[in-house]
Amino acid sequence: MSLHAAGREPVLRLEGVRKSFGDTEVLRGLDLTVHEGQVVVLIGASGSGKSTLLRCVNLLEVVDDGRITLEGDDVTDPRVDADAVRARMGVVFQAYNLFPHLSVLDNITLAPVRVHKVPKAEATERAMAMLERVGLPEKASARPDDLSGGQQQRVAIARALVNQPRLMLLDEVTSALDPELVGEVLDLLRELKDEGMTMVLNTHEMGFARQVADTVCFLHGGVVHEQGPPAQVLDDPRQERTRRFLARVHA
Amino acid sequence: MVSAASTVLLLGVVVALVVTSPGWPRVRETFLDPHKAVEAFPAVLEGLWLNIRVMLVCGVLIAVVGLTLAVMRTVRGPVAFPLRLFATAYVDLFRGLPLLLVLFVLGFGAPALRLSGLPSSALFWGSCALVLSYSAYVAEVFRAGIESVHPSQRAAARSLGLSYGQTMRHVVLPQAVRRVVPALMNDLVSLQKDSGLIAVLGVIDAIRAAQIETALDFNFTPYVVAGALFVCLTIPMARFTDHVARKQGFHGAGGHL
Ligand SMILES: Nc1ncnc2c1ncn2[C@@H]1O[C@H](COP(=O)(O)OP(=O)(O)OP(=O)(O)O)[C@@H](O)[C@H]1O
Ligand SMILES: [Mg+2]
Repeated sequence: MSLHAAGREPVLRLEGVRKSFGDTEVLRGLDLTVHEGQVVVLIGASGSGKSTLLRCVNLLEVVDDGRITLEGDDVTDPRVDADAVRARMGVVFQAYNLFPHLSVLDNITLAPVRVHKVPKAEATERAMAMLERVGLPEKASARPDDLSGGQQQRVAIARALVNQPRLMLLDEVTSALDPELVGEVLDLLRELKDEGMTMVLNTHEMGFARQVADTVCFLHGGVVHEQGPPAQVLDDPRQERTRRFLARVHA
Repeated sequence: MVSAASTVLLLGVVVALVVTSPGWPRVRETFLDPHKAVEAFPAVLEGLWLNIRVMLVCGVLIAVVGLTLAVMRTVRGPVAFPLRLFATAYVDLFRGLPLLLVLFVLGFGAPALRLSGLPSSALFWGSCALVLSYSAYVAEVFRAGIESVHPSQRAAARSLGLSYGQTMRHVVLPQAVRRVVPALMNDLVSLQKDSGLIAVLGVIDAIRAAQIETALDFNFTPYVVAGALFVCLTIPMARFTDHVARKQGFHGAGGHL
């Protein structure tokens, strides 16, 4: 963490974030700080609130209490323009969520044209460059349904990246994929990390967490129960809960 | 081959039964008189042209009003409550009221109000009644389409920074409308027939024209002519509906010839 200039504003900071659904309190005063260029991997049992955390950051859920700041701007302020906040982040979902009625190219240019008001020609140019980047330039005019799962997920990543987000949120982006397709997506994420993209991601793949994470956070009881570099949290956890979770995952 | 043979055979039996029945000569005279048919044809056809125009104009208006109502009913949040309430009340009211009743109330009541700026023609108010009734049905079809679009599609659109309106316009509605096109085509076929109901207001459409022709000599052939013309209009639309439905992958025995 010494890599990150101490005085710089973190890209993302969560302070005492609480979120309940009815009687179930999912997040119970959770704190998390993500610095520029850092890759934070969230692990935890099913239902521990990993997806909820990402949805709160993206303002798809309204937090009950606490503060979330994006580059110093309080985004939990009710007066904030949620669309403008979301436009600064890229989200990739487990089920890709591509728009089936649009071509691959139109999926990618939709937000640049409609949200960022980029001229159509320039947006197309950027989208093609992005497809090149994810290795799918020949699929520009294809429909999402005609692509493999891995290809769809790479398009979804391109769709998020083309808006030059300050922060990428990735929710189990490989768990809907056949094992042989996981590699192509993980390679892409590793490249993104090397380029300095700030990312928060959920995963059940401890091997991948080990490879890309700067920090691994173990979610339990609605808070970050343990966090640290992957070598420490995954190989030599200090907390009993973390140890038990990892034993179950490895079993 | 087998289907053709069985169809011909069945038709033959039905025709033979009808033609050999004791009342047949009389029925043929009053319902299937070729001279009368030729004589009435131009008037009925002219009436049908009115039906077609009513159907096209009302069809477009119904689509616009129906879609607007459906979007109003699906807006979320407490601020939009009046919108939802209005749209729900509208749909409940006009789906419950028989079309004929709406026609009578509007067709005879509205012109009597002598509202300034609004035409008092029966054609105008009859068409209004069709639009009011049908848009309630069509709104429900659109709403079903909107609700069939998975919430994750909205989440993906919103996460890209699209506003609620942009999400509706570019992501939800295109998918919703595509899914309900076959159902809408069905409603259009039905509207085409119901456009004949404005005849009760005295508008001279195909049915009213046939009625006038019939009144001259109590020969009902003009009705048969009108019926045949309506069917001729409906069949291509029905086949087109099947074609659209099949293209979208709604397979199944229904609709296949
Ligand atoms: N919209 C919602 N309404 C009600 N309960 C919800 C909603 N979203 C999530 N929950 C509940 O919140 C809890 C946390 O869910 P969440 O999806 O964040 O878990 P997760 O850590 O992502 O799990 P997984 O690893 O299975 O994806 C679960 O108990 C879930 O049932
Ligand atoms: Mg989850």
